[in-house]
Amino acid sequence: MNGTQEVAAVTQARLETTGSRLRELVAHLRHQRAQLREEWARLITEAKLLTAMTKEEIFAEATSVYDNYVEALETGTYEALQAYARNLSERIIPRGVETHEVVGIVLLLRDVLARSLFATYHEDFNKLNRILDAYEPAANRIAATVAVGFVQERERIIREQQEAIRELSTPVLQVRERLLILPIIGVIDPQRARQLTEQLLRGIRTNRAKVVVLDITGVPYIDSPVANHLVQTVEAARLLGATVIVTGLSPEIAQTLVNIGVDLGKMNTVGDLQGGIEEAERLLGYKVVLMQEPALQST
Amino acid sequence: MQVPILKQGAYLIATVQSALTDEDLKQLRDTLVLQVSKVRARGVIVDVTALDVIDSFATRTLRDVAYMIRLRGAETVIVGIQPEVAFSMVKLGLTLEGVATSLDLEEGLAYLDRKAKAHQEVRAHR
Repeated sequence: MNGTQEVAAVTQARLETTGSRLRELVAHLRHQRAQLREEWARLITEAKLLTAMTKEEIFAEATSVYDNYVEALETGTYEALQAYARNLSERIIPRGVETHEVVGIVLLLRDVLARSLFATYHEDFNKLNRILDAYEPAANRIAATVAVGFVQERERIIREQQEAIRELSTPVLQVRERLLILPIIGVIDPQRARQLTEQLLRGIRTNRAKVVVLDITGVPYIDSPVANHLVQTVEAARLLGATVIVTGLSPEIAQTLVNIGVDLGKMNTVGDLQGGIEEAERLLGYKVVLMQEPALQST
Repeated sequence: MQVPILKQGAYLIATVQSALTDEDLKQLRDTLVLQVSKVRARGVIVDVTALDVIDSFATRTLRDVAYMIRLRGAETVIVGIQPEVAFSMVKLGLTLEGVATSLDLEEGLAYLDRKAKAHQEVRAHR
């Protein structure tokens, strides 16, 4: 048999028996399940992957992944595996499992199985070749499916967390009738600045506020567009009939505001939150009096 | 579209019902400035709750109204600017400098009452 004929024969055989070869492969993997699974789990531990999980957990997950893997090879459909990958990611991401670990273990499994195929068919090179022809594309596709599933799950979690942070980032709190405070913590990016404006103006309307204390003690610095935005927010609040008192300006922010040439006649600023609330109370006509008997019992 | 002007005690209340053309705005200005001394009003409230756009001409006209009415011996307060409108005005640099603004009609009336009281106190001191 010369080379050309051989290639033709292989092509012919591939067309006829991809299905039967996969069946043979699956049967082989089922047969060797216990041993291969063990070998895989050992390699995972050796490669120091999934260190966040215990040995038993790794073994249990290895079993499920193995079975799902063989099933995907058998049926040629990846939905079940995809769902499993998503489910697995959901469970292991909170425990700090990294992307490289997940990709690493799937690739390890691919290698373990390939090794076992070599070991079984090494005497019949043509057969090994044909089995690998069937195995490799499927194995690669499985690896990609699991990795993509993991990354997608990760991204979904990140999106959810961003959403949560965004919602938490600008609370509008009423401390007295007609008095709101907005404590801002962390860096203000343009998007957050827009949201801040919206929350503040809306808060004034819904709470019928006359005075708003905007506390930016927790903001380390702002750039000039955001500083401008802040000044505009203060002016917009005035158009709604409310006074904004800005408190807790850091030296850096003070510098930025001076650099953009803020009109101090329009900006009402007080050193700290306490001073801001006291000033607000004064504007609203409140007078806070210390009672003789403190309500709080000292222990 | 004519803006109805109601007399309520010592105050005139102009409630804008829909978008106004420049002509409408000028007419509103002239009517208010004329009426304020005719009925001996002490204050004027312009309610713009219904407006979802306040452009530079409207801003200037409202400011003119406030200044002219002050010269005629009364106070003006603009009420009901919507949050989105307020912010887009500020973005365009239209800040209604020197003009009193309040959240809504109720707040506007309270503001004028306070002003009137302060005025009386000043007089009593003399």
